[in-house]
Amino acid sequence: MTSENLVYFIALPLFSSALLMLLGRKADKWGHIFATLVSASVFVLGVMEFLAMRDRPEESRALTQKLFTWISVGSFNVDAGLLLDQLSIAFVLLITGVGTLIHIYSIAYMSHDRDRRRFFSYLNLFIAAMLLLVLGDSYLNLYVGWEGVGLASYLLIGFWNQKPEYATAAKKAFVANRVGDFGLSIAVMIAFAHFGTVSFGGIEEKVGGASETALTAMGLMLLLAATGKSAQFPLQAWLGDAMAGPTPVSALIHAATMVTAGVYLITRSNFVFDNAPNAQLAVVIIGAITLLFGAIIGTAKDDIKKALAASTMSQIGYMIMATGFGPAGYAFAIMHLLTHGFFKAGMFLGAGSVMHGMNDEVNMRRYGGLAKFMPITTITFGLGYLAIIGVPPFAGFYSKDKIIETAFNAGGVQGIIFGSTALLGAIITAFYMTRVMMMTFFGNKRWADDAHPHESPFLMWAPMAVLAIGSVASGYLLYSGKAIVKWLAPVVDKHHHEHTELLPPIVVSALAVTAVLIGVGIALAKYRGELSATAPQDVSIFTRVARRDLLQDDANEFMFMRPGQKLTEVLVKTDDKVIDGMVRGVAASTIGSARGMRKIQTGYVRNYALLILLGALAAFVAILVVTL
Amino acid sequence: MNPTNYLYLSAILFSIGAVGVIVRRNAIVVFMCIELMLNAANLAFVTFAKMNGNLEGQVIAFFTMVVAACEVVVGLAIIVTIFRSRRSASVDDASLLSR
Repeated sequence: MTSENLVYFIALPLFSSALLMLLGRKADKWGHIFATLVSASVFVLGVMEFLAMRDRPEESRALTQKLFTWISVGSFNVDAGLLLDQLSIAFVLLITGVGTLIHIYSIAYMSHDRDRRRFFSYLNLFIAAMLLLVLGDSYLNLYVGWEGVGLASYLLIGFWNQKPEYATAAKKAFVANRVGDFGLSIAVMIAFAHFGTVSFGGIEEKVGGASETALTAMGLMLLLAATGKSAQFPLQAWLGDAMAGPTPVSALIHAATMVTAGVYLITRSNFVFDNAPNAQLAVVIIGAITLLFGAIIGTAKDDIKKALAASTMSQIGYMIMATGFGPAGYAFAIMHLLTHGFFKAGMFLGAGSVMHGMNDEVNMRRYGGLAKFMPITTITFGLGYLAIIGVPPFAGFYSKDKIIETAFNAGGVQGIIFGSTALLGAIITAFYMTRVMMMTFFGNKRWADDAHPHESPFLMWAPMAVLAIGSVASGYLLYSGKAIVKWLAPVVDKHHHEHTELLPPIVVSALAVTAVLIGVGIALAKYRGELSATAPQDVSIFTRVARRDLLQDDANEFMFMRPGQKLTEVLVKTDDKVIDGMVRGVAASTIGSARGMRKIQTGYVRNYALLILLGALAAFVAILVVTL
Repeated sequence: MNPTNYLYLSAILFSIGAVGVIVRRNAIVVFMCIELMLNAANLAFVTFAKMNGNLEGQVIAFFTMVVAACEVVVGLAIIVTIFRSRRSASVDDASLLSR
């Protein structure tokens, strides 16, 4: 079915963003409210489309809208078109719903910032770009949104760019994302070369006739794109530094929405991956590595936001891993993405609330015992905590449990390896999240002298409360009667695969809950007593490595930065000595030879006459020699 | 009479002219030497015409005369102009290019 309304999803926030930027200081008084209202209205639009979609029969649920013919060159035609189907609407609701809550939260959180209007303008820009990303009906349209969210992320990470290290963090995120974007652009080129089209529908029709090599190449390039945007191994290093942005940004962009774009990309490209098992295996491996990688970093971080960022990385690792299991996993990846959107955004907002009350202190070693002073934050954060570690019946239990189950059911040795990895990840997750809880809200007070913790204002805790409710209920709502699986089936599981079961679900659930209990138990044993306000220095080599983010920056520096700098130096020298040398050499030799040649121009007529005569004689002799 | 002798005469006249152009300073004399070389060439042309029994050489001699007449007009005008501005008819004085 076609629709005329889809364009408003993008046009409204884009217009609002441009308006706030163009009006400048004139809009300072009402800019934040305007931007929040725009975001809320897009959410209402999304809810209406969702309700309408639910009432339509399954085969006519997807809506399309052609905006204009974008590129028309020979046989290459791309329309700027939008597609709202069962997968897109889930994202639309998450982006606009969580986005609106975070707009509301930011009104209070950013109230002391003189650039609040600019902040809201960027937030709306992000909403517009992210909606374009999930609504584009071709890889090229998606690419525009993909770059748009990268830009918004860059602007927001570097929002306080008066601090050089924040500006550097923004640059780092941008560069890492560009590496991934490079993969996406190559994937688009492969799609065009092999299918002659870049639209999702067009490729899906022709995917049967393509060679597996081409599909594998395209899948790997898409995976590269996903690793960049979703902070997966090996492009994960930017996410921790991205916490330089204001906390609402971390909650919205670097926890709930933008970083899940990679999961969306792979799920959207299910027709490619389902026909390229090698690419799928790569996806699973990347996801498994990242889920452990992030979890291990999370155990060592004292900065509350960086601990949560590491946790985000790890949780997205779960989602990426799930997408790699094909039709069995897509729906659970999306389900975990949605529940994660609730509980992680909620916890980030909680962290922001704690920072708000503690003079922007982020070091958990300087927290402790805050439960008494910030009861609402403690409860909302605590509900998110229970959700993320996967305590039944909170949201994370359903979604993560299903991913672990899917991993075990992948079959063979692979299934056991990946299932155990996911279980191990669950243990570590429970450990580091319990650590965050204990260090922040319980235990002895280790505050700075001028700290006066207090509960945050209503505008801040209300969104946290809503997200906490989501953290509690979303898992059950999404999974009851396999709602999400059935809802997404027309998009990701058209052929209704039968899934084999290695372990009965109840056993997996029992294993998962045991894993959680082990993790929580270790953390309680370790962080129950008195803690010091400074991080202990006499720690094992493993702790030290984990504190350094498992050497991710050192590895990047060693493998890319240093050789890159060396290469630049060599190139500069080459340019200076060889290229410029050649140019200068030509000039010098011209000047030198001219200096010599000038000497024969004496100005005396008889010299010229003599030369002419000699020339004539030479010609004469030459003719004689040739003829005789 | 053997026509080769005319050719010898022509060669001698041409050589005298050439040497004169190279060694003399007075522009008028240099000019006359050039005329001498032209006429030596004319003599050779006419001799060749006689030796080969056709008229082509003689026709070219006429062309040479016409060209020589034009050259005299232009050349004398240049010499007179140089003399007026520099008060000298020496070719060595007109060597501004070397400076």
